[in-house]
Amino acid sequence: MYSTLFNFSDDLFNELENLQRHWVGRNILSNIRPVARGSFPAINLGSTPNSVEVYAFVPGVDAKSLDIQIDKNLLTLQGERVLELPKEDSKLTVYAQERFSGKFKRVITLPDDVDVSKVSATYKEGVLHISIQRREEAQAKRIEIQ
Amino acid sequence: MTELAKQTTATKTTELATLRPLVTIIEEESGFTLTAELPGVPKENVKVQVENHILTLEGEILLQIPEQMESTHAEVSTAKYKRAFTLSRELDSSKIEASQSDGVLTLHIPKAEHAQPRKIEVQVG
Repeated sequence: MYSTLFNFSDDLFNELENLQRHWVGRNILSNIRPVARGSFPAINLGSTPNSVEVYAFVPGVDAKSLDIQIDKNLLTLQGERVLELPKEDSKLTVYAQERFSGKFKRVITLPDDVDVSKVSATYKEGVLHISIQRREEAQAKRIEIQ
Repeated sequence: MTELAKQTTATKTTELATLRPLVTIIEEESGFTLTAELPGVPKENVKVQVENHILTLEGEILLQIPEQMESTHAEVSTAKYKRAFTLSRELDSSKIEASQSDGVLTLHIPKAEHAQPRKIEVQVG
C-alpha cells in the first residue's frame, strides 16, 4: 500500500548518495554489465597484488543455497532468499517490506589474470567473501641485480 | 588481520554519511516485530537504544580485509548503518528482545499489557 512512498524515499536516498559521491570526487566507471542502484546483493570489490576480493552483502540466506561459478573471468553469484511473511489479517499488519525476496543473480567481470583454481569463499554475518588468487606469472616480481 | 580491518573501517566511517538498513515491520496484537538488515556487522558492533520514544539502530561493518587491498568498486560505500524510528506510547521499550543471525537483526517490541486490544461491546439501549 505504501510501496510508492518507500520507493520514492529510496530514490531520494540514492540521489543523495550520488550527490555525495560527486562532492567527494569518487568516479566509478560504468560497466558493460550495468546494475541498477539498489540491486541485490550489493557488491564491493577490492584488489591486492596477489588476489581479487569480492564482498557480496547477502544477509539472511543459507550459505549452502548460494551458487558461485567462475567461467574464464566471469563470476556469477546466484541464489534465492525467501522471506516468509505472515499473511495480513485483522490481527496482523505489515507496515514495511523493504527487504528483497526472491531469486537473485549478479555477474562480475574479474581481471584477466585470475587463477580460477585458487578460490576461497566464506560466509559470515551476512557477507559472502570470495577471494580469487591471481596467476603467479602475472604478479609483479622483484628482480635482483647480480 | 582483525586489527587492520578495524582500522580500515574506522577511517571509512568518518568519510561519508550512514547507510540506511532495510527493514520489515510487522504489527501483531502482542507487539511489533522489526527485522533490519545489517550485513557485515558483528554482534558486538550492534547498538540498539531507546530514548524519548525513539528507537535507534546502529551498526558498524567489520570485514576481513587483506593487507594492501585497494577498493576498486563499492556499492556499500560507508561502514556504518543507522536508522531511527519513533515508537508509539503503548509500546513497552523496557521489554524489547533482540537477536541476530547472518547479518539480520530481529527486534520484538511488545505492547504494554494495558494497551493490548480489548473488544468493546456495543450496548443496545
